[in-house]
Amino acid sequence: MNLIDNVFAKLKSEGRTALIPFLTIGDPDLATSVTMLKTLEDAGADMIELGVPYSDPLADGPVIQRASERALRNRITLVDCIHVAEQAREAGVKLPFILFTYFNPVLQYGLDRFFELVRSKGISGLIIPDLPIEEDEEVRALAEAADVHLIPLVAPTSKDRVVRISRKARGFVYCVSSLGVTGVRADFHSGIDDFLATVREATDLPIAVGFGISSREQVERFEKQVDGVVVGSAIVRTIENALPLLADAARREEGLRKIGDFVSQLRG
Amino acid sequence: MIHVPDENGRFGKFGGRFVPETLMNALLELEEAYLHYSKDAQFQEEVRYLLHKYSGRPTSLYYAERLSEHLGGAKIYLKREDLNHTGAHKINNTIGQGLLAKRMGKSKIIAETGAGQHGVASATVAALLGLECKVFMGEEDMKRQQLNVFRMQLLGSEVVPVLSGTRTLKDACNETLRYWVSHVDDTYYILGSVTGPHPYPMMVRDFQRIIGDEAREQIVMDEGRLPDYVVAAVGGGSNAMGIFYPFIGDESVKLLGVEAAGRGVETEEHAATMTKGRHGVFQGSLSYVLQDEHGQVQPAHSISAGLDYPGIGPEHAYLKDSGRAEYVPITDAEALEALQLLSRTEGIIPALESSHAIAQTMKLAPTLDKDKVIVVSLSGRGDKDVEAIMGYLGGTPNESH
Repeated sequence: MNLIDNVFAKLKSEGRTALIPFLTIGDPDLATSVTMLKTLEDAGADMIELGVPYSDPLADGPVIQRASERALRNRITLVDCIHVAEQAREAGVKLPFILFTYFNPVLQYGLDRFFELVRSKGISGLIIPDLPIEEDEEVRALAEAADVHLIPLVAPTSKDRVVRISRKARGFVYCVSSLGVTGVRADFHSGIDDFLATVREATDLPIAVGFGISSREQVERFEKQVDGVVVGSAIVRTIENALPLLADAARREEGLRKIGDFVSQLRG
Repeated sequence: MIHVPDENGRFGKFGGRFVPETLMNALLELEEAYLHYSKDAQFQEEVRYLLHKYSGRPTSLYYAERLSEHLGGAKIYLKREDLNHTGAHKINNTIGQGLLAKRMGKSKIIAETGAGQHGVASATVAALLGLECKVFMGEEDMKRQQLNVFRMQLLGSEVVPVLSGTRTLKDACNETLRYWVSHVDDTYYILGSVTGPHPYPMMVRDFQRIIGDEAREQIVMDEGRLPDYVVAAVGGGSNAMGIFYPFIGDESVKLLGVEAAGRGVETEEHAATMTKGRHGVFQGSLSYVLQDEHGQVQPAHSISAGLDYPGIGPEHAYLKDSGRAEYVPITDAEALEALQLLSRTEGIIPALESSHAIAQTMKLAPTLDKDKVIVVSLSGRGDKDVEAIMGYLGGTPNESH
């Protein structure tokens, strides 16, 4: 059974909502990313999205763009990101890992090789934001064979596509909270509650909401409606703010604590 | 005539819609509207009217006699897209898409621009049609093309500086798409080339095919036959696709795309996507892409801001891999040489983009007999480049990129 399914089943029995932090791997460096995965687990995360840095992150706002740029200056690759998952696992992190990557790095690595690698390195889920259902047939078949959940995005504008997308979903359905790119925002799409209800009706899988969720209040706002809440840019920004601390051996622990504290208070 | 793209926007394996789900519905709506209005006689008549009365079409097919004599080979005809309103072929597309935006009930348009030509053409159409317009332009390009920035502002558009990534055309495209995601309700995105997700490559080709439709008719009128070669510069590839498309079924006509080799394809500074790129997904479609071994898109370089782009339209990839068209690189230096030659022999200062097509023609024409015919797409005029050219030729260190 896929680890993602296990976690959602367990949370459901406890009446809890999954907290799913996102971080850009390789920002500031690979070793710190491994450590931060442990920090996030200790702070109460239930599963983690590992963001693969990309030169042209179309779905991302400025915060994650900057993190990608920093990581790419260190020449972080898709394979590096998968190895971070492996090392974190070896270091005792038990959470499911979801790899968040744009399609081109996967395509260039080779689809067959890629799925062999993710399967062997303990990646449970995959989000490819620029691969809509019209384009995902081959990837979906390979993911299925590798028992890696291909997690689709649905948006408030998806309308009648919601049913078609949800039917093919594995793991959970990722609901985009607002029209726009990733990033912190005060307001969500005006029809968000109806939208979440529509998705809920369309699938028996867990549903999670993300894009723009940055505070405990916002997490709380959604907890009753969904099975998981993704927090991305707010965490990446917290990491960005902690970069000077992380770079200073004497204050590194303090930096990691700030990141952990932020996630703990999201957990509530 | 071949029938591409298919219903999924695929030209063979190329093309498609590799975009976030947040954009899919907007693209489907756009496709539906376009397919509807492309068959609507009244809409087509409106497009024709503006192309004729406003932009000055048909543009002439001009026999460049002195250039032909100078090169001592084939007869060279220039398709004078430089004579369009705003000085380039870009307006063919913005008129079409601007009218489509209105029909779709959108009150605002957005556009990306590199050198500013598509931005100016979009701003122009926005003024003409009473639409609000924002043009996204890399901060670096804004510095280099201050005159075009002011031109767009004069036309009533807002120019939005793009600070992400390379701060040039590639990232201006990303930023325009990101903005569109947040404003799909009332905003229409006028994409400027045959690139991006379906239906843009098909739609922009259809709006630009007037170049080839006219040229084909004109050359048959003047020469009594089809040309042996059609030559055009390619960045994203809209003027080339426009002039190639009506000739695709004419097997005797060789199609030659000319891409920017910058400081040389053996250097790191070029925009030779076909020569040095590999198949990949970039900005919404599968095509050739300049990228590193890990699939990260690489910055391009060309003296010509309009060719300074690491991608190319998917239909060009299809024409290349099927062998129907051939793509060759021309360096910055060769383009500059060609610009001067055309200026002196014909009294026409071509845009740096179009100068690449002229440079290839300089290589090709002397190898052909005098009874052979080459049609060259002179996609734009060089006024916008004069200052930069002065820098290059005066020996002052002027960087195009």
